[in-house]
Amino acid sequence: MAQLIIDTGNHIAGYACKAAKVDVIAAYPITPQSSVVEQIADFVETGEMDAKYIRVESEHSAMAACIGAAAAGARTFTATSAHGLALMHEMLHWASAARLPIVMAVVNRAMGPGWNIWADFSDSLSQRDTGWIQFYCADNQEIFDTIIQAYRLCEDKRVRMPTMVCHEGLVLSHTSMPVEIPDQKDIDEFLPPYDPPWILDVDKPVTHGSLIYPEWYMEFRYFMDEAMKNAKKLIPEIAKEYGRKFGREYGGYIERYRCDDADLVLLSMGTIGSEAKITVDRLRNRGFKVGAARVRVFRPFPKEEIQNLAESAGMLTVIDRHISYGMEGPLFIEAKASLYGKEDGPLMAGFIGGLGGRDVTYLDIEKIAQKSLKYLDTGRVAKEVEWVGLRR
Amino acid sequence: MIKLKELPKEEYFLPGNASCAGCGLSIALRLAYKALGPRTVFVIPACCASVIHSPFPNTAFASPCLNIAFEAAAAAASGVVAAYEKRGVKDVTVLAWAGDGGTADIGIQALSGAVERGTNFIYVCYDNESYMNTGIQRSGSTPYGAWTTTTPTGKKQHKKNVPLIMAAHDIPYVATACVSYPRDLISKLRKAKEIKGPKYIQILIPCPPGWRFPTERTIEMGRLAVQTGMWPLFEVESGKLKLNGPSARLVDKSKRKPIEQYLREQGRFRRLTNEDIEVLQKWVDGSWEHYERLI
Repeated sequence: MAQLIIDTGNHIAGYACKAAKVDVIAAYPITPQSSVVEQIADFVETGEMDAKYIRVESEHSAMAACIGAAAAGARTFTATSAHGLALMHEMLHWASAARLPIVMAVVNRAMGPGWNIWADFSDSLSQRDTGWIQFYCADNQEIFDTIIQAYRLCEDKRVRMPTMVCHEGLVLSHTSMPVEIPDQKDIDEFLPPYDPPWILDVDKPVTHGSLIYPEWYMEFRYFMDEAMKNAKKLIPEIAKEYGRKFGREYGGYIERYRCDDADLVLLSMGTIGSEAKITVDRLRNRGFKVGAARVRVFRPFPKEEIQNLAESAGMLTVIDRHISYGMEGPLFIEAKASLYGKEDGPLMAGFIGGLGGRDVTYLDIEKIAQKSLKYLDTGRVAKEVEWVGLRR
Repeated sequence: MIKLKELPKEEYFLPGNASCAGCGLSIALRLAYKALGPRTVFVIPACCASVIHSPFPNTAFASPCLNIAFEAAAAAASGVVAAYEKRGVKDVTVLAWAGDGGTADIGIQALSGAVERGTNFIYVCYDNESYMNTGIQRSGSTPYGAWTTTTPTGKKQHKKNVPLIMAAHDIPYVATACVSYPRDLISKLRKAKEIKGPKYIQILIPCPPGWRFPTERTIEMGRLAVQTGMWPLFEVESGKLKLNGPSARLVDKSKRKPIEQYLREQGRFRRLTNEDIEVLQKWVDGSWEHYERLI
């Protein structure tokens, strides 16, 4: 029977790992991720979960161990944050190029120096080009549901790409919320056991990760991009099937809130996206046609869905919790790239905020919206990129 | 110790690999494979072995192999072992096979972690005393005085003793071996295969292009390394060190050939002055005194 529990985002990620019947976990602690791996350690040591738990000596080894375990036929899981993810960087490329469906919870945290354990997306967005599918969650239920769906997606033989499920440190990682844990039988029906097309098997020997010359290298990279395109098609299908079975959907690629008739759409990711709903309601009450759209998947990027949003809106304002130094916020860059060459495209403005855990409240978002509405009125964006709430 | 006629006739390291003429590594791979048999899963980081065994789409291995990043062999092997344990796969030997750079330098953290966790695997460091695959650069395992492309006037530090570092981890089995003593090498791998937990074996691999000696003298170089005491053959079990084969009688310093006989045969030591040789000889003698205390 489904069970309603109240727990933190991190513990819920641990519950999802258990529900997914992961075989091997390899993890190293880092704030604010630690309680994910503590929760899993509890499950494993009390016998609630039948898994091997490798307490590695670094995140680099965590990912290397997941790669070894996945190649040897195990369903694998790890979790990390910020510097841990950065240390894994080499192995992130390895995991995707080896086409191993590892799922990792990334508890988003700012990169140092100065040391900062609070949320922003600088860690995971810096890993954009590693070939990992990236989901971003906005509440604890979504963390659970997305991890389960992530296994179904990335183990699909048309995909076979590793997947990050990101949630913001402290904002979600250490905040308790009610979460429904579905009946295990239902999860098992939705997520069958890992059935890899090839493994390290002495009876069917193959060599993985050979030296490869320029004559063949590119083809393997092409297959990875094809796999991402397959993931692009499968993500909404899997989300719908999950929705039918468990009654929860999050809008596929983009959660749209009062966007249908909106002149201004506020585009963001993670919890800023849920905070923006409050702003939208307040502005709607005052007669402004504003909507909020929350991007849930950053890779593969929802290009067509952004185009679709832009068709009806006069203006798209993007709030980024990260900055690509010397350019703009990553979501802003990608959203603009998605609309390149479209006639009658919307006005676009980018706002940078919430770095290193700085709060972005509905009032901050309201200021962003009001500024945007002014741009919309005048038909001209006075400042293309602006930092929000900066001390001067 | 195994008799020569008991050696399996089957070849598992297959012809057609891309090793250099006189390559000590290819000899070691062939022997180790014969010792362990085809139910062996290799985990190989960046090193000569990763290049010579399987240029795509070919492979010279008769059993599965996972290639992995430079510093990650021991960690990836931990994952393979955990997956097999969880899946109930038995009678398979997981063998991490790394060079001295991937072991003494960039891979030592993952190695230390994996053996500390009690991982049930064999880790072989094939030691050619430099980064040979990248073009003969100095590693922590390069001996004092040796020329490499990054120590053009000779290395100023002594060789890192990884076998003793591993022994300090208090693991069930640590051994050294050399391709010039195949029966000793095979016996040690066979013994390691039967022991549960982490096993570490370091095999000295003379390398003609890296050490600068003629390709037909690989075995001779290994013999000289052992006979001069530059490379002692030993095992460490339960904290006790046991010298094996020809090394067993070399505790008596007078039985050891002067290291000069070894050094003079190799171009990499050509620039060594008499003072340098004295420094190195002192270090060799000192390390034997240390081994003696561990017997």
